[in-house]
Amino acid sequence: MDGVADKHKLDRDFTDLYRAHLRDVYSYAYYRIGNHHDAEDLTEQTFLQAYRHFERAQRESDGRPLRPWLIRIAHNLAANYYRDRARRPLTQLEDAAVLTAPQDTESVVEGREHVREVLEGVSQLPDDRREALIMRFALGMDNREIAGALDRSEGATKVLIHRAIRQLEEKLAEDGDD
Amino acid sequence: MTDGERLESLLRSALTPVEPPEALSDRLERALSELTEAAAVELADLDPAEMRDPRNWVRPAAAVVVGSLAGGALVVVRARQRQRKRGGSLRSLERAVREVADDLEKRLRG
Repeated sequence: MDGVADKHKLDRDFTDLYRAHLRDVYSYAYYRIGNHHDAEDLTEQTFLQAYRHFERAQRESDGRPLRPWLIRIAHNLAANYYRDRARRPLTQLEDAAVLTAPQDTESVVEGREHVREVLEGVSQLPDDRREALIMRFALGMDNREIAGALDRSEGATKVLIHRAIRQLEEKLAEDGDD
Repeated sequence: MTDGERLESLLRSALTPVEPPEALSDRLERALSELTEAAAVELADLDPAEMRDPRNWVRPAAAVVVGSLAGGALVVVRARQRQRKRGGSLRSLERAVREVADDLEKRLRG
């Protein structure tokens, strides 16, 4: 039965997508929202929505990678999350692997302090700049992929990332002067 | 190393990918495979000769609901998980069931 075979293939493809990008979606959700509990919920909802629309997305992707589409779903759900619940991202992330590593030498402690400052600076950037940095550095997405996820041109995305880094640099310099 | 390169390096250290909790991976994977298998088995078992009798239309209809609207069943899984988190009061169970029913109804209409 062709329908059943097609369904099997679709399900296999979705499983591959899920396995390849679960960590991406979870990382995005975690850095976007700032706590593990809601990041789990957002990840679950993202794959739920993705499953519903997977067939169409696959048909329309024309063989292009679906990660930008998946992250865009997470991006839209995160926007709803803040709009519906009138919440803002936490200034301090609950914890992250890099902040829970054991301290031993002075340089490690100093490094951890820099990382903490950077995370705090990122959390204070405007939403679109923060998201672009999360996609670039936590997910390793290139400009083209980020542009797809944020529904912008590649040129606009390049400018967005450049401005985000410059703003963060200025903020860290200001904090250093205080 | 320029200031810009140093900041990019710090950003890479700060925004390390975060591994999802194992429980989340297990839960999602189990839910997805249960759904897809259930729908495929149901559809594969259909006998075209039996389909002339309208009394046999209930099963394929259910399979279509499970298969093409598999998200609905995932919602059921989520509602059950939420129910466990909420501590099992009758009121929250009723609310969860209502949410699932509303969600399925909306998608069946769409």
